[in-house]
Amino acid sequence: MDFSSISRRRLLQGSAALTLGTALGTRGATAADTTIGFIYVGSRDDYGYNQAHAAGAAALKKMAGLKVVEEEKVPETDAVEKTMESMINLDGATLLFPTSFGYYNPHVQKIAGKYPKVHFEHCGGLWTDKDPKNAGSYFGYIDEAQYIAGIVAGHTTKSGKLGFVAAKPIPQVLRNINAFTLGAKLANPKTTTQVIFTGDWSMPVKEAEATNSLIDQGIDVLTCHVDGPKTMVENAARRGAFVCGYHVNQSPLAPKAYLTGAEWNWEALYPKFIKMLAAGQSIPNFYRGGLQEEIVKVSPYGPAVSDAARRHADEVKARFMATGLTIFKGPLVDNKGKTVIAAGTERGQKDPELEKMDYLVEGVLGAAA
Amino acid sequence: MADASIGLWTVPLAVFGGAIRVSTPFLFVSLGECITERSGRINLGLEGTLVMGAMSAYGISYLSGSPWLGVLAAGLTGAMLGALHAGICSLPRVNDIAVGIALMLFGTGLAFFLGKPLIEPTAPRLPAIDFGWWSNIPQLKAALRINVLFLFGVALAPVLYWAFRTTRWGLLIRTAGESSDAARAMGHSVLLIRLRATMVGGFLAGIGGSFLSLFYPGSWNEGLSSGQGITAVALVIFARWDPMLCLWASLAFGGAAALGPALQSVGVTFGYHLFNAAPYFLTLAIMIITCSPKRTLTGAPAELSITR
Repeated sequence: MDFSSISRRRLLQGSAALTLGTALGTRGATAADTTIGFIYVGSRDDYGYNQAHAAGAAALKKMAGLKVVEEEKVPETDAVEKTMESMINLDGATLLFPTSFGYYNPHVQKIAGKYPKVHFEHCGGLWTDKDPKNAGSYFGYIDEAQYIAGIVAGHTTKSGKLGFVAAKPIPQVLRNINAFTLGAKLANPKTTTQVIFTGDWSMPVKEAEATNSLIDQGIDVLTCHVDGPKTMVENAARRGAFVCGYHVNQSPLAPKAYLTGAEWNWEALYPKFIKMLAAGQSIPNFYRGGLQEEIVKVSPYGPAVSDAARRHADEVKARFMATGLTIFKGPLVDNKGKTVIAAGTERGQKDPELEKMDYLVEGVLGAAA
Repeated sequence: MADASIGLWTVPLAVFGGAIRVSTPFLFVSLGECITERSGRINLGLEGTLVMGAMSAYGISYLSGSPWLGVLAAGLTGAMLGALHAGICSLPRVNDIAVGIALMLFGTGLAFFLGKPLIEPTAPRLPAIDFGWWSNIPQLKAALRINVLFLFGVALAPVLYWAFRTTRWGLLIRTAGESSDAARAMGHSVLLIRLRATMVGGFLAGIGGSFLSLFYPGSWNEGLSSGQGITAVALVIFARWDPMLCLWASLAFGGAAALGPALQSVGVTFGYHLFNAAPYFLTLAIMIITCSPKRTLTGAPAELSITR
């Protein structure tokens, strides 16, 4: 299947050049043109993770003096190194956005060492002092939005059982499952979350099977962390369950069943990055933020969300927006009975320990490994 | 809260439901490929046909508002791709496997290209027939919401089995597959027989694709097939070119695909990667048990390029 990506890449370049051409028509080329490369692990219109990044890339395309090149469906293997090198050498890209978690180590680190003049902004990686200075990692604390979705879910469920369709047990996914569950327990301490791992980011048939199995268990509110939530949302709504979305707003797919969702706000962040560079500043190597920093947002509530749930969720959201709120604080016990955060310890959002999360909190049914 | 739960019964029910829900694309592609291979040709391009079928069914259903028109469009698209395969293969010294791989890439690539604007809209879906009316268990009711395409596929398997054995058409297809010289001596054009067999095979594979996008999982996206077409082609070998065995193998694959998620939902959390890989594990195991270096595969048409 590697051959097909070449032609698709050319095609995308062609269409990008075409839009650029029309943009240049009135403005005239300036010497300051910067080429920015976006690399996606899946299809860029997947109604999910990649589409959220592509929306960010589209926001950059509208800015003057920028040329955006994109390649989709690049696996988290050597293939991404080839893509990065060809974007640098053939397209003259000076800023790259490799947007998938698995690209960072070792691929981005290796290529960043080889091309010190090119800047790499990786989504989700954990930049440390030992890594190349021209590489950086940014991410949003989307668990804050999941926490709020959890509150809404906890208020809405009648059986007290929530379901979570997840791709792989990596720290970011576990953190979302945990935040969602902790939010739900605010609404009702007895709520449980059953998690199913499908094994990969895009497995529509497995996701549909997982959704059906969860509903067969009496679960009535579902959410997910996979690349394209469309399958889960549609299949759950067909079975009469409620859903919380992820990545982008999926309410058009299931207007009645959609409660709320955790969304990315890359179209606000990426132009901020470009403005920093244009002003001669450098983007911090380790860039993080949540609701307060407008990197993530919560979907508008659906019609099935009760007034009590709205009030509770809005109140917590206001606290996030005002001062920031700590989700993970001690005493916190995992679902095997082990204390993972001691009493009195607060792990704030920027705590790097949270990005190494390898446990599921009490109330989650499932295993992290 | 216990009233809505059926506990461990979820697993057999999910495997049963999965056998019905997941098996249909396997069934259509493998029956189609069975016809094509019995005529002496391998069409590996059915993965592309499946994806093209899924995309065109979704697109036509969305534009026309009629899912059945979508199913028909998927079948016709599949038949056209089949005709393309057979047309190229009828040229001298063309390898059908290489053409199949090319068409697989062509079909998926074209479907992704044309399908870009179809990812967001929601198309009308095929209706389900409710066979669970007698039960008051919601889980069983859900598992018994069966699509008519599945029933059609299940009925098609014995019909094909019978047709291969007893009809003139079945005999002609088998003759072309076993000995093209014999078919030619009888005064029939082998190329024409294979063209028709490949078109029918493509038609069925396209319909299998329409099931994916219009019934289950029930929407168009690029990860929709994730190799089901190519698995179904392998299923034919696994089923020894027998339509009835294709049916059982497809059901087993569907059930196996449901096993991983179902076990996790009742709390079996170890080794889910292994359970998720159950269908492939099953194929490997049966292939190893049934193969022998001393003879060719039983039931293999003699004219197939892999056995010749």
